[in-house]
Amino acid sequence: MENCYINGIGCISAQKSFEKDYLIEPIVYSEENILKVVKPNYKDYISPAAVRRMSSGVKNGIVASTMAINDAGIESPGAIITGTGMGCMQDSEKFLNNLINHDEEYLTPTSFIQSTHNTVGGQVALGLKCKAYNFTYVNTGVSFESALLDGLMQVENQDGQNVLVGGIDELADHTSKLYKLIKHTKSDDEAPYDIINKRTKGSISGEGAAFFVLDKEKTANSYCKLADVKFVNNLENSGLETFVNDFLASNDLIASDIDVILFGNNGDIEFDSYYDQLEPLFGEAAILYYKHLFGEFMTSSSIAVSLGSDILRSQSIPGALFKNEVSHPKGEIKNLLIYNQYRGKDHSLILLKNV
Amino acid sequence: MGELKTELKNKIITSLNLEDISVEDINDNDNLFGEGLGLDSIDALELIVMLDKDYGIKLTDPKEGKKIFESIETMAKFIEENRTK
Repeated sequence: MENCYINGIGCISAQKSFEKDYLIEPIVYSEENILKVVKPNYKDYISPAAVRRMSSGVKNGIVASTMAINDAGIESPGAIITGTGMGCMQDSEKFLNNLINHDEEYLTPTSFIQSTHNTVGGQVALGLKCKAYNFTYVNTGVSFESALLDGLMQVENQDGQNVLVGGIDELADHTSKLYKLIKHTKSDDEAPYDIINKRTKGSISGEGAAFFVLDKEKTANSYCKLADVKFVNNLENSGLETFVNDFLASNDLIASDIDVILFGNNGDIEFDSYYDQLEPLFGEAAILYYKHLFGEFMTSSSIAVSLGSDILRSQSIPGALFKNEVSHPKGEIKNLLIYNQYRGKDHSLILLKNV
Repeated sequence: MGELKTELKNKIITSLNLEDISVEDINDNDNLFGEGLGLDSIDALELIVMLDKDYGIKLTDPKEGKKIFESIETMAKFIEENRTK
C-alpha cells in the first residue's frame, strides 16, 4: 500500500476546535443532550453576500475545508470528497415546511437549491474555483469513511494529487425533535448526562465538520499516516473480534501493537456493548472516547480522525479523552485505531500511524 | 404608504437573511439590485413569490420585475396599486 499522509486539518465542532490546543480546557457538557457547534467567525472565510443563504452545515464545511487547505499550505486540491449522513437538513426542513404550510404553493428556490447533500462539496469547489473530481457519499454511519476510503485510493492511484476529504452533518430543529421522540437522542429529563457511567437509550446528539488534506508526500506539517480504512454495514457481536483482528492482520499488526484506541461510545445502552466487547482485546492500550465532548452524528468519526491525528503529531493525549484510567502510553505512540459504529450498524475501523 | 415601505423593508431583511442590515439602513430610493443592496437573481425569485403570497399579485410579465423591484419606493407604489390582499 502506498503512503498517504494527513497534511492539513480543519475542524468545526462543539468544542473550540478552530483554536490551537482547544482540549487543554474543553467545554464540558453535562446538562445538554444536543451539542451545537461553537461558531467560528464565518465572515473571516465567506463573503457576506454568500453567507446569508447558507445553513450552518454549509458554513461549517466551508470554514473547515478552508482551514485544512491553509493548514496544508496548498492552493487547490486535486479532488474534493465529502461524506454526510443527513445532508443539509436545515434547508430540507425549511423547504418541506413551506410546502406544507403554503399548500404546495409559493415555493421559493433558495432552500431547495441548498438542501441537496452535495451542497457543501459544490460550495467548496465554487469557492476554490476547483473543477477537479468532486464526489459526495451519503452512506449513513459510514459516509465519512466512504469518502476517506475514496480519498485514500485517489492518493494511491493518482501521482502528485492531493485530496480534500471531509465529513459534515448539521442539527435541524424538527429532526432533533423526532430523534428525541424515537429515543435516538436521550430524554430531556435524564440530565445530568454521563455517557460512560449512566447508560440509557439514545445518545447525546451533535453536529460538526472536519476536513483533511491527504497527500502521498510527507511535509513538515504532516500529522500522521492514514494507513487503512475498512467498514462493514452489518456485523453481529460474535463477528466483531474477527473483523478487528483481520483488519489488523492485513496491516501486519496484532492487537497489542495498538498504542491508542479511540472508541465511539455514545452512552446508548443498546449499542455500547460493541465497545465493551473490544476493550479486553486492547488491554495494553490507552482507551479513549470523545462523543461526550462532541456529540453523536453520522459523520462524527471525522472528529475522531482529527483527534487521532493531533495525538500522533503531538505525542500527547488530552486528559478529557481518557475512558480508562489515565495511562498515557510509556513509549512512542505509533499506532492509533479508531473504531466506530452507528446504532449497531455501519462498523468502521480507521488506522493512523505515526510518521 | 410609509407603513407599507417599513413592512417591505422588514420582509426583505427577514426573507433574504440580510443579517447585518436594519430597516434604517435601507433608503426608499436605494437600488435593491446591483450596487445598493446587492440583491441578485435568486433574490428576485424570492421577491416575486413574496408579492404573490403576501399581496396577491402575480407577475405575468417578467420584464415588469426590473422596474417594480428597482427600489422600495417603486415596489410600494406597485403593491398599493395592484394588491388584492
